[in-house]
Amino acid sequence: MLKVSGLACSRGERRLFADVGFSLETGEWLHVQGANGAGKTSMMRLLVGLSPADAGEIHWRGEPAPSLEFRRDLVYLGHHAAVKEDLTPLENLRLAAALDGISLDERAALAALIRLGLRGREDLPVRVLSAGQKRRVLLARLLTRPAVLWVLDEAFNALDVGAVQLLGELIAEHLAAGGMAVLTSHQPLPVPGGKALVL
Amino acid sequence: MRQSIVHWFKFASPQSFYPLAGRMIPWFWAAAAIFGIAGLWISFFVAPTDAQQGEGYRIIFVHVPASWMSMFIYLVMAFWAGLGLALNTRVSGMMAQALAPTGALMAALSLLTGALWGKPMWGAWWVWDARLTSELILFFLYLGFMALQAAIDDPRRADKAGAILALVGVVNIPIIYFSVKWWNTLHQGSTINLNKAPSMAQTMLWGMMLMALAFWMYSIAMALMRVRAIILERERHTEWVKHAVE
Amino acid sequence: MNALLATVRRDILLALRRKSEVLTAVFFFVIVTSLFPLGIGPEPVLLKKIAPGILWVAALLATLLGLPRLFAADHVDGTLEQMALSPSSLGLLVAGKILAHWLLCGLPLVLLAPVLGLQFDLDASALGILTLALLLGTPLLSLIGAIGAALTLGVRGGGVLLALLVLPLYIPALIFGAGAVEAHIAGLGAGGHLSLLAAMLALAVFFAPWATTAALRIALE
Repeated sequence: MLKVSGLACSRGERRLFADVGFSLETGEWLHVQGANGAGKTSMMRLLVGLSPADAGEIHWRGEPAPSLEFRRDLVYLGHHAAVKEDLTPLENLRLAAALDGISLDERAALAALIRLGLRGREDLPVRVLSAGQKRRVLLARLLTRPAVLWVLDEAFNALDVGAVQLLGELIAEHLAAGGMAVLTSHQPLPVPGGKALVL
Repeated sequence: MRQSIVHWFKFASPQSFYPLAGRMIPWFWAAAAIFGIAGLWISFFVAPTDAQQGEGYRIIFVHVPASWMSMFIYLVMAFWAGLGLALNTRVSGMMAQALAPTGALMAALSLLTGALWGKPMWGAWWVWDARLTSELILFFLYLGFMALQAAIDDPRRADKAGAILALVGVVNIPIIYFSVKWWNTLHQGSTINLNKAPSMAQTMLWGMMLMALAFWMYSIAMALMRVRAIILERERHTEWVKHAVE
Repeated sequence: MNALLATVRRDILLALRRKSEVLTAVFFFVIVTSLFPLGIGPEPVLLKKIAPGILWVAALLATLLGLPRLFAADHVDGTLEQMALSPSSLGLLVAGKILAHWLLCGLPLVLLAPVLGLQFDLDASALGILTLALLLGTPLLSLIGAIGAALTLGVRGGGVLLALLVLPLYIPALIFGAGAVEAHIAGLGAGGHLSLLAAMLALAVFFAPWATTAALRIALE
């Protein structure tokens, strides 16, 4: 379903990578590996269509990405927290869904937050939460946003042992349900299987 | 047909445009010198003294071509900028960047000569004449374009952001010009019009045309020289630049 | 369309949690207009003559004050990336943000202007024209300003650069906005000025969100 070929990227005058290609089918996931500065984040931003590639093609369901369908099927979580400090976790989730054109009722949002271990924190401003808890608020979007392709950049950073375990479970469930994932990480990931791509 | 498209796209790459520009520059300089000398000679020695304005009017031989160029260069700049956005050709952005300083210079020259002309004619260095005011705003637009490009480190982003600004500017220039004109008539009634010499003599027209051509040639030569410098700077790590500089 | 309204609701909610930022621009407007009589002198005839210009220039600067924040916060915390990747069109979300900016920074100025106009001894009908002109003009300022805010997003010295880019583009709005009131006071009728302002607003509604979206995508690259 996801087919990438001949992808090349440079930052300034430096060529980061060239001729990167892979394909993913339902239930598969890709582990993008590489040293610091190898271009993992650039690769992810290219993949989701935030930056233009120097060369190469990305196809989603046989059509060139980024199409509207691609954006509908995609959840991308980057380095940034992408949560509003002045809003509560509940408001954050519901407003983020509303911007995506999805109406999310309070019960579903609350259930996602509880699954991420934020019970009792849902009505506090995000400002007072710890860095790890902010990441959890962001990760709750994985549950509230129906998407096939998860593109997670360093999603395991700033998470404690329990949360790493939990995210691993979430990804495994997603794959079992016919989803796909592209992950970057330095550490070995608690998800079985997976293709590897070394930049 | 297909052949010619391929041909033109060839010069859209910095590597082939660089030597082409280099070959063209001397010709434009030579033309600028010839037209300039002929134009200045006509405007200073041949054109008759103006009955109303005396000798002071001769500054229009610089002022009018400079104003024309300042406006025209903005259009050309916006054209290259739009082309760069649409086709993603690298040289287009460089051309836009290379034209801006010359355009700003022309606008500044137009303002300066306007002020110098205004002092003996109106008794004031600056008059809020519609054309002068529009020229001033155009000068600001050039400064904004250059400041934006200078503030962005990544040349690719600088080109694109500059292109959007140039296009927004080009949509706004007629609106600005019209509004300033409206404002001017509302507030001052009909003032003396700077560029409307009463019944322009044939020789004056010739002088002005020659000077305009000289300014054209100068602008093209300057832009090409600048674009060559920009190409070298941006492509300094490529093999062909290392060879070209040796 | 729902996404647009959601953006408006979100931005207003965020602004209400940080009221000081909105109030700063409003107080700025009040203080700047009140400074002019102190600088020029309390002569009623002169003040009445320059009132439309002063109120318009002050409104222009007050709008400018809020512009750098229009996209900056969303850019820094990554929300803007999410918007760019959202299934909703980015243009719609951007239009929502601009509308919210106008509701928060432009509309208060429109509502305050008649009160401030009293300081300058403008009569009731002139105050009405002033309010109407600002009602048409301040959305225009927000729309044009958004392009500048997107272009200078994350750029060194962005705030000052933004002023340099945007202020020349504000000139037509200033001329027709202040001109409407002056023409009315001079007994010439403000209809022409107001319709031109409306025409420019219509033009900007179509093109500004589009240009802003393009500029934002470049800034995100």
